Amino acid sequence: MNSLRHFASKVRFTPSTSTLLNRSFKPTTSFNRNFSSAVVEEDDKYEVTNQLEFQTLKHYIPVYTVMNQEGEVNPPSADPNFSKDEVTKMYKMMLTLNTMDNILYDVQRQGRISFYMTSFGEEAIHIGSAAALDLKDTVFAQYRESGVLMWRGFSIEQIVNQCCSNEFDLGKGRQMPVHYGSKEINVQTISSPLTTQLPQAVGAAYAQKLMGEKACTIVYFGEGAASEGDFHAAMNFAATLQSPTIFFCRNNKWAISTPSHEQYRGDGIAGRGPNGYGIATIRVDGNDIWAVYNATKKAREMAVEQGQPVLIEAMTYRVGHHSTSDDSSRYRTLEEINFWKEKRNPMHRLRQYMLKRNWWTEDQDKEVVSSVRSQVRESLMRAEKQKKPAISELFTDVYDVPTKNLLEQKAELFEHLKLYPDEYPIDQYAQDK
Amino acid sequence: MMLSKNLTQSLLRYTSNGAITKNASSRGFHTSKVLLAGGPSTPINYPSLEIPNAGETQKMNLFQAINNAMDISLRTDEKACVFGEDVGFGGVFRCSVDLRNKYGAKRVFNTPLCEQGIAGFAIGLAAQGATAIAEIQFADYIFPAFDQIVNEAAKYRYRSGGQFDCGSLTFRSPYGAVGHGGHYHSQSPESYFAQTPGLKVVMPATPIEAKGLLLASIRDKNPVVFFEPKLLYRSAVEDVPIGDYEIELGRARIVQEGSDLTLVGWGAQMKVLMQAAQMAKEKLGLSIELIDLRTILPWDVECVEKSVKKTGRLIISHEAPKTGGWAAEISSAIQERCFLHLESPIQRVCGYDTPFPLIFEKFYLPDHLKNFEAIKKSINY
Repeated sequence: MNSLRHFASKVRFTPSTSTLLNRSFKPTTSFNRNFSSAVVEEDDKYEVTNQLEFQTLKHYIPVYTVMNQEGEVNPPSADPNFSKDEVTKMYKMMLTLNTMDNILYDVQRQGRISFYMTSFGEEAIHIGSAAALDLKDTVFAQYRESGVLMWRGFSIEQIVNQCCSNEFDLGKGRQMPVHYGSKEINVQTISSPLTTQLPQAVGAAYAQKLMGEKACTIVYFGEGAASEGDFHAAMNFAATLQSPTIFFCRNNKWAISTPSHEQYRGDGIAGRGPNGYGIATIRVDGNDIWAVYNATKKAREMAVEQGQPVLIEAMTYRVGHHSTSDDSSRYRTLEEINFWKEKRNPMHRLRQYMLKRNWWTEDQDKEVVSSVRSQVRESLMRAEKQKKPAISELFTDVYDVPTKNLLEQKAELFEHLKLYPDEYPIDQYAQDK
Repeated sequence: MMLSKNLTQSLLRYTSNGAITKNASSRGFHTSKVLLAGGPSTPINYPSLEIPNAGETQKMNLFQAINNAMDISLRTDEKACVFGEDVGFGGVFRCSVDLRNKYGAKRVFNTPLCEQGIAGFAIGLAAQGATAIAEIQFADYIFPAFDQIVNEAAKYRYRSGGQFDCGSLTFRSPYGAVGHGGHYHSQSPESYFAQTPGLKVVMPATPIEAKGLLLASIRDKNPVVFFEPKLLYRSAVEDVPIGDYEIELGRARIVQEGSDLTLVGWGAQMKVLMQAAQMAKEKLGLSIELIDLRTILPWDVECVEKSVKKTGRLIISHEAPKTGGWAAEISSAIQERCFLHLESPIQRVCGYDTPFPLIFEKFYLPDHLKNFEAIKKSINY
């Protein structure tokens, strides 16, 4: 990846109040534990006024964007200047994600997998942010970040195996589809409850700093999840404990049926960062892959080099339904969806960028789609034929070693299955080793 | 959609084989899956509860019965509010459908995505004299609200010496297995709440009972946690009285009288237990007394006690893990009261002591066959 050094200064994070005002604490990679003068100087930060005035929101944090819908980058220095091969890889990954989502959505509709969640419209966020990170960086995801995993090396095969809950699913078939996790690519296993991953990420990043690693932790979440109490806990912990965490909010405007204007007031999620928690913050156009890349790259630098948390709010749109359990036509218009699909399409923008440089043709689009289609279909055919994990795996991993009650219950189950071998789909499960 | 289609088919089959007489739909309680091999040879006949003097009936599934109860509550109590995540457009399970249109967005509304916020807000609303009907989207997601419910709602009256209370408060939340929910869309957390003095915990098993129990919960002067069996939202259909009626909390229902063994459960598990009882009747000629606890806290110990003194045998079954589950409490209380009447050890047929496992759900659940085996074991003791 090319260095961003020559233009990184243009990525302006709204400085945190602690950087602006806290004269005795300079940003440092060490843990801030200055006991001497903090309390005494606390009030020195504030100007004094005799005006009886309640402060209200006056200025919204701007949206950082560098590439328009025609694929033009402005200013040109904001172009990360990746090579043709690198840009092609990014674009193909976005298209792969989009095509795979299309198929797996339909496959769920056919009843071949039990559930699915698409990432339509958020492809630039996944690839743009993932490309700016290092594999050493730990990822905590929500559930709509498949592209991040794919960029880090999670294969279509692995995705399909997880969705089919077969014995090659790393999670042993225990969780619903899209709840991926892989130690190899440093992505912690996804859990359905919202926002629980935020304080966890702050702890993980703190551990990285504690152990002197040149790495950080990134945590993804939606604007809806930011309403949970865990959001506050995480932001406040990260700020006060100076944990090198990148908080990456995908503001896609809809939390199932709840629009963002019913989710929060004020200056969105970004608005909470600088004044609310003292965390350096940027709002970025989530459908502009270069803006997302530049912001994440800079955020990583700040987290790793300066040992501080950073907040990114990426403005985007959830083009698909919340999940296969949802029908979004009940609460939003087709016009609204089409506006984002057609006028703000993140893949279109990068395609235009490539077309201008003669790095890509429309025909190549079709080739990629067709090749991904066969890859997904073949993976599915294989995955569906695989056995489910061995029945005994029901009882493992509850603890490091199964406790007595679990061993007893396992024995009871196997006795029971001997009595009714035809009443349970035993053949569909792998043999016990 | 599949579920309702199956249900219609099973109802048709049910009617055509002459197994029922007058009121086809009222006996169509979740009949779609009962013809599994190894199960009873005829469809389950789960009797609908008779509601005296409730007037006209209308065919409703369980989510419609819940909707109907909230509709009545909003109509008869102008201080009542219905709120929670995605409640405004009708809720992810359609329980609040049309209510915003009927009663306005001031009384039926979305909250931000925050369960502890929903719970705390509901407590305040109730403490100030309004009626709070709060939805937690899934029982699996109630835990951020645990502090508000357990430490605040449950102790509100006690800690103020009886000056304040938040009794006009009900938390509704869908619970239980559906076949594809995995860890976080399947759990049955009733026993966590049932160990909390000050709360009531209610779990209905049919549309008719869901409506009457919900209206009683909303009007009860204590905070109630009301867990709805989401498996039955669409699949359980009955002729539900459209009038305003309540079913008393704290009272179990003897669904089927019997003399050989007492089988106790609640919620969606009742269907499974009815299957097991039917199997025991057909294969072993046994007469099983089937009790639906309906209210988990305070539970109807007298009803179970009386039954066990008659039958001498008790099995309790729930989806939640065995260790520390509510079956343990029932087992212990009945042993204290019925020791000399017991002919065999009380058994618990429950979920295993593991998280709820997606792909192993069929093996994990305390199904009718496991219950049937437990019945055999108890009788042969």
